[in-house]
Amino acid sequence: MANTASATASVGHDEEHGHSESFWSKYCFSTDHKIIGFQYLFTGMAMGVIGGFFSYVFRMHLAFPGSSVPFFGVVSPAAYNSLVTNHGTIMIFWVAMPVLVAALGNFLIPLMIGCDDMVFPKINRLSYQVFLISAIVLICSFFVPQGGFGGAWTSYPPLSSNPQYNGTPFGAPMWLIAVTLEIIAFLLGGINFITTLMNARAKGMRLYDIPMVVWMIVIASILFMASVGPLVAGSVMLLFDQTLGTTFFDPAAGGDPVLWQHLFWFFGHPEVYVVLLPAMGVVAEIICTFSRKKLFGYKMILYSSIGLGILSFFVWAHHQFISGVDPRATYLFTTTTLLISIPVAIMLFAFIGTLWGGSIRFTTPMLFALAFIAEFLIGGVTGIWLGSSGTDIYLHDTYFVLAHFHYTFVPIAIIGTFAAIYYWFPKMFGKMLSERWGKIHFWGTVIPFNGIFLPLFILGAAGQHRRIAGYTAYPDLYTENFQDLRVFATSSLIVLILFQIPFFVNFIVSLKRGKKAGNNPWKANTLEWVATSPAPHGNFGGNLPEVYRGPYEYSVEGREEDYWPQNEPSK
Amino acid sequence: MLEYFLPRASSFAGSIDQLFDIITYLVMFWFTLTLAFFLYVVFRFRHKPGQKAQYITGETHRQKMAVEVPHYLILLCDLVILGYTFVVWHEVKIDMPEPDAEVRVVSQQWAWTFYHAGMDGELGTEDDIATINELHLKKDAQYTYHLESLDVMHSFSIPVFRLKQDAVPGRIIRGHFQPILEGEWDIQCAEMCGYGHGFMPARVIISSAEEYDAWVAENTPDHLKPDTAYAQNESEKKEASNNG
Repeated sequence: MANTASATASVGHDEEHGHSESFWSKYCFSTDHKIIGFQYLFTGMAMGVIGGFFSYVFRMHLAFPGSSVPFFGVVSPAAYNSLVTNHGTIMIFWVAMPVLVAALGNFLIPLMIGCDDMVFPKINRLSYQVFLISAIVLICSFFVPQGGFGGAWTSYPPLSSNPQYNGTPFGAPMWLIAVTLEIIAFLLGGINFITTLMNARAKGMRLYDIPMVVWMIVIASILFMASVGPLVAGSVMLLFDQTLGTTFFDPAAGGDPVLWQHLFWFFGHPEVYVVLLPAMGVVAEIICTFSRKKLFGYKMILYSSIGLGILSFFVWAHHQFISGVDPRATYLFTTTTLLISIPVAIMLFAFIGTLWGGSIRFTTPMLFALAFIAEFLIGGVTGIWLGSSGTDIYLHDTYFVLAHFHYTFVPIAIIGTFAAIYYWFPKMFGKMLSERWGKIHFWGTVIPFNGIFLPLFILGAAGQHRRIAGYTAYPDLYTENFQDLRVFATSSLIVLILFQIPFFVNFIVSLKRGKKAGNNPWKANTLEWVATSPAPHGNFGGNLPEVYRGPYEYSVEGREEDYWPQNEPSK
Repeated sequence: MLEYFLPRASSFAGSIDQLFDIITYLVMFWFTLTLAFFLYVVFRFRHKPGQKAQYITGETHRQKMAVEVPHYLILLCDLVILGYTFVVWHEVKIDMPEPDAEVRVVSQQWAWTFYHAGMDGELGTEDDIATINELHLKKDAQYTYHLESLDVMHSFSIPVFRLKQDAVPGRIIRGHFQPILEGEWDIQCAEMCGYGHGFMPARVIISSAEEYDAWVAENTPDHLKPDTAYAQNESEKKEASNNG
């Protein structure tokens, strides 16, 4: 059972079929998990550029209301709504999800558990194809008559269900179809992740020998599968309301608009952990490798993440404290929400425990991983003000929420992703990224990130609401001081965007002219470093590794080397 | 801390501000401690040539305590926050004090209509005063509001009151507030409600009892003003109660 997948393709693709592949079959219609991972990665990065551009446009508009934004023009209220809506949707569904869950999961799981491919490679390929179609549908929705959907990424009906209210008779259904297709793509991918981990592990790999990032991606996939059902049902109901004239969410004909919120947030909150956990896993791998330490409290972290996942199903209504649900429900949901601080704190403390007594190397991936811990700490603690229903009355839907949300999501989706790319780039492409340019990119990303979102805490505490296109209409909040903060946040964003150029240049130049990586440039323990760099089709060239120990045996006393690969037999 | 940005203009604003402060102290304590410890560890254990990392599993009882003790302390802080949160939530959203006056708030794309009781003091009668985007309130009066929406979800937010409540189409949601400060401030819609969402500003105007009564009198059409007999009747009643 352990090597179900290996039976099909234990040798390289070329040897197996006796022919060389064309560009199309190798990079576009491949069933190789690594290629599918790259497809997700590059699609996610391309969508990230689009989502980032949207944020540039509406932040420029907020800093200089009414003036023309370079490369866009004057932002109308309709365009503003569409920009914020699609920025949110793209960044969560088409950047964070594909990069952190799909790209990492696809690339890492078979390599790290020592098998040659996913258990269902064709379903895997289908998953990416459906995802690609979903991205195309979303992009097309910006160009249909009346433009793209602008009812916020939460898409609350009746605004989202009735074209009379949202004014986008084509944009809204296309947005919804795109989201639904994207979800289907991830369901297909998740099936593979879970099944592959359970059935295709290398010989000798027990459950506690599985690298943390693999566990985290699989737990995230289970969370996703368990939470997504209500959203799919809700999406179909909303689509029927939009197009067939049903009234699931229309109070005038017996529907209930709050029902959508329950369905949406029952998925929406676990979704945060679906992307958080893989990023946590990435950080766990990196801090172990670069502090030459065993992961502090492996089981503690594992069980905390499972506890976090379970708790995340009981907190959805904290998004609805003031939405008109029975106010007494708040007592339960405030309690469960505040309890989330416990597993998250355990994980962060365990990471700090891992660093304790280490020999820390400040390589670029390590810097990103450390920045993740520091920045995510801000995101974590600011959640307490919002989880407490008493202060949420005031802070709900203000820039405080937005700042909190971005302090969790940017470390996850941006900092975590960069950490992963810098760490696994040698394995992906067989070349090293330039460390010097990596560090320039690091400081140019992390410092301005704080410049964007710290001021937004102040604006939120001052009562400024999010998603408001024209603050000039509100005399209490359109003051000189607050406007200065908005300009500062926008300037920081532009600095951050400019500092992404070194990354892209570094990526392309290193791909062509980077230093050769070797199989194990970081001297790490996990199995992906056993394969050659870049790993061939079939991963291990027919010799699947055997596992003798856990993934984090660094600096073991009595050994000369400070690492001990999982596949190296004990003497 | 919030009063630094905006005055407190409702009776419960102080409680919400106080809860905000308590959370701030607890959170800042943990945040500073954790970040300082983190930075100390990163700095202290940076790589030095010839020095090896220690082999620590984090599985022994003593090592586990290093994580467990702080998390019990965090749990304790959570309980403090929870207790205080419940008190504040009860005060703002569950407890409904006996009202001195009522006001009806109707939201739609993209304006607010406020219905104030007229000179008869009763809402829902012929002399109600409807205003667009202007909510007139009497200082120190205890209000019950009836919030509704004619089309999509809106959210009735008065930052100086620290109050926010979604308006759900098909429902009438009741709540309360007591304005305690005279002045004029923003009302915002806090729920995305379509193209004009960013441009649906309203103002809340809180005046003294005399000024408010004068405003009501001024805005009541003559034929709806209480007749002389009614007014005399009222003044007699007042006198009687004063004497009694």
